[in-house]
Amino acid sequence: MATTPAALSTPDISAPTEHGHVTNTGLSNEKLAMWAFLGSECLLFGALISTYFLYRGKSLSGPTPEEIYDIPYTSVSSFVLLMSSLTMVLALAAIQRADYRRLRVWLMATALLGASFIAGQVYEFTSFIREGLTIKTNLFGSSFFVLTGFHGVHVTLGIIMLLSLWNLSLRGKLTQDRTEVVEIAGLYWHFVDVVWIIIFTVIYLIPI
Amino acid sequence: MATVLEPTATPAPVVVDPGVLKRPKNPTGVWSWMTTVDHKRIGILYGVTAFVFFLLGGIEALLIRLQLAQPNGTVLSADAYNQVFTMHGTTMIFLVVMPMSAAFFNYLVPLQIGARDVAFPRLNAFSYWTFLLGGIFIYSSFIFGGAPNGGWFGYAPNTSITYSPGHNIDYWVIGLLILGIASTVGAVNLIVTMLNMRAPGMTLMRMPIFTWMTLISSFLILFAMPVITVALFLLMFDRSFGSNFFNAEAGGNPVLWQHLFWLFGHPEVYILILPAMGMVSEIMPVFARKPLFGYPVMVISAVAIGFMGWGVWVHHMFAVGLGPVAVSAFSISTMFIAVPTGVKIFNWIGTLWGGSLKFTTPMLFAVGFVAMFTIGGLSGVTHAVSPHDRQQTDTYYVVAHFHYVLFGGALFGIMGGIYYWWPKIFGWLLDDRLGKLNFWTWLIGFNLAFAPMHLIGLQGMPRRIYTYDDDLGLNALNMMSTVGAFVIALSTLVFLYNVWLSRKRHVAAGPDPWDARTLEWATASPPPDYNFAEVPIVHSVDELWHRKYTEDEDGRLVRLAAKGEAAQQTAAEVERAAGHGDHATEHDDDHGHGIHLPSPSYYPLVAAVGIMVLGYGMVYGRDAGVNYLLAGLGALILFVALYAWGMEPSAEPEEPEDGSTAESPRPDVPALAGADAPGALGTGVAPNGEDAAGRTDAEGA
Repeated sequence: MATTPAALSTPDISAPTEHGHVTNTGLSNEKLAMWAFLGSECLLFGALISTYFLYRGKSLSGPTPEEIYDIPYTSVSSFVLLMSSLTMVLALAAIQRADYRRLRVWLMATALLGASFIAGQVYEFTSFIREGLTIKTNLFGSSFFVLTGFHGVHVTLGIIMLLSLWNLSLRGKLTQDRTEVVEIAGLYWHFVDVVWIIIFTVIYLIPI
Repeated sequence: MATVLEPTATPAPVVVDPGVLKRPKNPTGVWSWMTTVDHKRIGILYGVTAFVFFLLGGIEALLIRLQLAQPNGTVLSADAYNQVFTMHGTTMIFLVVMPMSAAFFNYLVPLQIGARDVAFPRLNAFSYWTFLLGGIFIYSSFIFGGAPNGGWFGYAPNTSITYSPGHNIDYWVIGLLILGIASTVGAVNLIVTMLNMRAPGMTLMRMPIFTWMTLISSFLILFAMPVITVALFLLMFDRSFGSNFFNAEAGGNPVLWQHLFWLFGHPEVYILILPAMGMVSEIMPVFARKPLFGYPVMVISAVAIGFMGWGVWVHHMFAVGLGPVAVSAFSISTMFIAVPTGVKIFNWIGTLWGGSLKFTTPMLFAVGFVAMFTIGGLSGVTHAVSPHDRQQTDTYYVVAHFHYVLFGGALFGIMGGIYYWWPKIFGWLLDDRLGKLNFWTWLIGFNLAFAPMHLIGLQGMPRRIYTYDDDLGLNALNMMSTVGAFVIALSTLVFLYNVWLSRKRHVAAGPDPWDARTLEWATASPPPDYNFAEVPIVHSVDELWHRKYTEDEDGRLVRLAAKGEAAQQTAAEVERAAGHGDHATEHDDDHGHGIHLPSPSYYPLVAAVGIMVLGYGMVYGRDAGVNYLLAGLGALILFVALYAWGMEPSAEPEEPEDGSTAESPRPDVPALAGADAPGALGTGVAPNGEDAAGRTDAEGA
């Protein structure tokens, strides 16, 4: 059967991406996989946040959120996490310019900001436990620790990812042609940040 | 993931960053299977494993039926009965139908879309090993003190530590979490493969219908698995760490479990049935010798099912007492979802209508699917009527219904698929006469086993109760059902005998034994490692059919090529007839590069072992804190494996392109036209993507 030009020019036949890869969507496999994975993660956090909502104000005993939340403190650590998204973008911009020194600076800055957030979370958890709120205390304790704990684990995995990239770059293995690796790690990082914005808003800021 | 690797396991001349373990090299033997990343081998592994679990789940079913054959049965104790029916349900859903579908997804999707492998071959191996070890993990509970006994739905608080203090439920919770990882990773992989790696010209609306059903199923898995993951995690935290999610004393709401479980559970029903629908939709046109009736409508109705499947879960909970508004709304949505399903049934009838039907074994199973699934669908609609549903909740009527859709539906479709694609996968045909015996015993046994359950249920016999009294008028029907179950068992033996006998006779199939329509039949049987020597260019749905047939002015079929002739030659044949390219292929690149496939790897298996060890640690952690060290060890194994995986290139580097490649170490893998063109590699990624790919896998997993 003859090859018809029409078939070859069907739009669905992939356009090359910036790396010269050819896929049907124009997105690389890795990036598309990350998007699909993040779609799945939306349902994971959606179910956890719904659980928190269902049990909001339903605890039969204290401590209650309003007794225990330190909103100014958590606002500061939330700000720290949000700033890490900015440094993540700067890291991507740096590798796009092939500025590897700044790439490492911003990757490390992002990881450290994330680690500060996690340190803040650890401090918050221990102070809550000292004030008598554990995962066993009441519904609030159960749903609070599980939801924010899941988020914390996600941030921690992100930090490991960033430090691995930093290490790769130090060994000269993260060069401009692999910009997309940084971009994909960034997708994950920004997603985790966006989830925190939702969590912070719905569990800390919106009054019962 | 990058692609660029030799199909053979020949030693690569340049080894970059070999990692902890040396790259596996053997092309044959046990280790070649343990380290394979070939989607075809992984598909076979999935199929064989799922069939073994099918035998185990079937033995459990026979035990249930032996216990219920007579009133006041004494074959099983109440406790053993609970374990057996829980494991029967869990096995058949998570370890049989889902992985059996995954076997076909893996084997067929790359072939049907003209690709050389899935997007992430090592991740594919990781999915399989995680599934296998997760299944073994759950079954190991039989040895370690008792299998799960809370039903496949595991309703909290019955499964909470207060009412289920043993480790039975821990095995179930952690086991399903492990299987969830396997399914989610597999779904991401397949979605990327289907969206990104279709052959040139294959628009979405030219994808074979089975691939479409796979795509929709994969999206359902992607979005449904995290929901049950959360439910299982909440239960795990309740059991292991004393949280209160399902603890009514602390205000916890047991209905939360039901909502989360069924919000997963109902899409799961479509995850189980859509692949079988896809198989039937491939089989029928081939043996009716007509195109699938209303292909776009078939696709759209399946997409509609995929969306509407998220809005009907409460019909599993009509007896909970959620109030008239919720019940009415979900009654209506449940009735509505019957519409796209009905559309499909009419499309299958339309496909058969006026066709020149050939009732081979696959066709019989396909027709059996439509008939049995319709019965199951109709009894399903009766559940949408909530007063009726309330009457039937937790009776054998429900058991009858879902066996008609899952056995009469999914398993009939899968058996049809096995007979249909067997010659493609193994290169020889299954015997048709034994196949027909298999079908008729299967059909009769199935109806004998499950049709009486409608009546038993309407008479009020409850599910999950290990015995019944003599004077309830249930004796004859229960005995009939037990006889039916044993007929099915006999039919399964016929199938195994057929496999054994046909293997001995070895009737060679050739590339296209059924005069079929889709691309997997356009290559050799079994397909070579690289699937297609030349990546096909696609002009229509039923691409292969249109290469074999055309129509004259009066609309009559005119044959262009004999069946099998339209199939492409293997690389060896191409080399022999050097310079010939019969049909549309890509000629746009230079000659002289071999096809490069991903290299085998140990790390997916090691990572899966890490997850299994982590699972055991979590099960026993609540006995003594020191057991969490085992979980820590598992996490460490997993982490190290993922890191080594990330550092290992997906494909060993190519040989230097200075002409030395011309001497391919394996004679049947010569240089191929266009193989190095990015578009020609179904898995097309430039060589510089290798490391990046590996890394991202590890992260995504």
